Amino acid sequence: MRRDFRRGLMRNTKVPIHGYRRPPADCHPPNDAPGYRSTAARHPTRPLVVIPQTLSEITGPMYGHRDPGPMDHDLTRQHPGEPLGERIIVAGRVLDEDERPVPETLVEVWQANAAGRYAHAEDRHEAPLDPNFSGCGRAMTNAKGEFRFLTIKPGAYPWRNHENAWRPAHVHFSVFGPSFLTRLVTQMYFPGDPLLAFDPIFNAVPGEAARRRLIASFELGATEPGWALGYRFDLVLRGRDATPMET
Amino acid sequence: MPPLTPSQTVGPFFAILVPVRDRLRLRGGGAPGVPIEVEGCVRDGKGRAVPDALLEIWQADAAGRCNHPEDPRGGGPNPSFAGFGQVHTDAAGRFAIETIKPGRVPGPGRLQAPHLLVGLFARGLLARLVTRIYFDDEPSNAGDPILDRVPPDRRPTLVATSRGGGVYRVDIALQGPQETVFFDV
Repeated sequence: MRRDFRRGLMRNTKVPIHGYRRPPADCHPPNDAPGYRSTAARHPTRPLVVIPQTLSEITGPMYGHRDPGPMDHDLTRQHPGEPLGERIIVAGRVLDEDERPVPETLVEVWQANAAGRYAHAEDRHEAPLDPNFSGCGRAMTNAKGEFRFLTIKPGAYPWRNHENAWRPAHVHFSVFGPSFLTRLVTQMYFPGDPLLAFDPIFNAVPGEAARRRLIASFELGATEPGWALGYRFDLVLRGRDATPMET
Repeated sequence: MPPLTPSQTVGPFFAILVPVRDRLRLRGGGAPGVPIEVEGCVRDGKGRAVPDALLEIWQADAAGRCNHPEDPRGGGPNPSFAGFGQVHTDAAGRFAIETIKPGRVPGPGRLQAPHLLVGLFARGLLARLVTRIYFDDEPSNAGDPILDRVPPDRRPTLVATSRGGGVYRVDIALQGPQETVFFDV
């Protein structure tokens, strides 16, 4: 019976598509951001071609690629010794624009160590590597969309974008969500960081309110007393259109 | 309603998270279908190789079915073909994808021609770029509802060229006269 149903669908191709809302203009940074030098030769110069969403786009990787291990959320316990630096907890939720939690989705983080150095061969910053810190973690959100990482506060580091350029301390985040269209790669910053005002990557986000959403909030309630300070960082992915469309 | 979280660049160091791999093997679970290999190169506006790009591939199986609960033709995980993978460019900007040729996925009004979806991340890209890879030996390209939206002179940037033996070649140009078509979707 399923086979007949499938054949019917292949014939008439009518599939209801429950699409995703398009992002507001002041949310994502433009790919052409002159202050961030690397965009100059890498941003598309022709306008993006607007296309309808199809079954190809509204689906996406949901089924168990790279499932995290039970300790992958704890970046302080991946080596025999403890990493140097200030232990922190980063806890949050993954939601969609309708405030619905996004459960069972993969959240990944990567970051520099406390001295501002990545455990990557191409990072030439003259700051010490930490043999006890690799700087990457993974977690699945629970049924309420919640995740929690234990890590150390990353250091700021210099980069060659302009004279005396420094990246503010940040944690890279990667989230999938339920669709190819919900995929998000972003960076989490820390409240009160004086370097934010000078950072062309952070400031490429057009809206001030949108930029603020990239800054975690310090939350005493998320702190583990006697052990680690707590920060909250929620991620909001694209929400669904109000009604499905017959295509 | 909570507002959307903005995108930021993946930066140059994502490889500490995603294992370095310039050849992606999407087939291997015994999935039925025609084995193919798509190879290519990512270049910037000065024609230089982009050696630090991350490509994400999402595609249907040989029957045109997406491995996702919202595919109305029967959901549930497909144990033989995930349909998703990540691949890095190497020092010369090259990447290779070993997969099976996707089937035709329903689209607006009609079936789409076989295609791979590509999400592209790199240092210098503040948000993901989205494109598609089609195949030049597919007669159905002519009626594809997405290719139809692309100016005819730019369509070739989306179409991989057959080199025989199931090998296809496609280059991704971020800028320049052959700038690849990227989508707002």
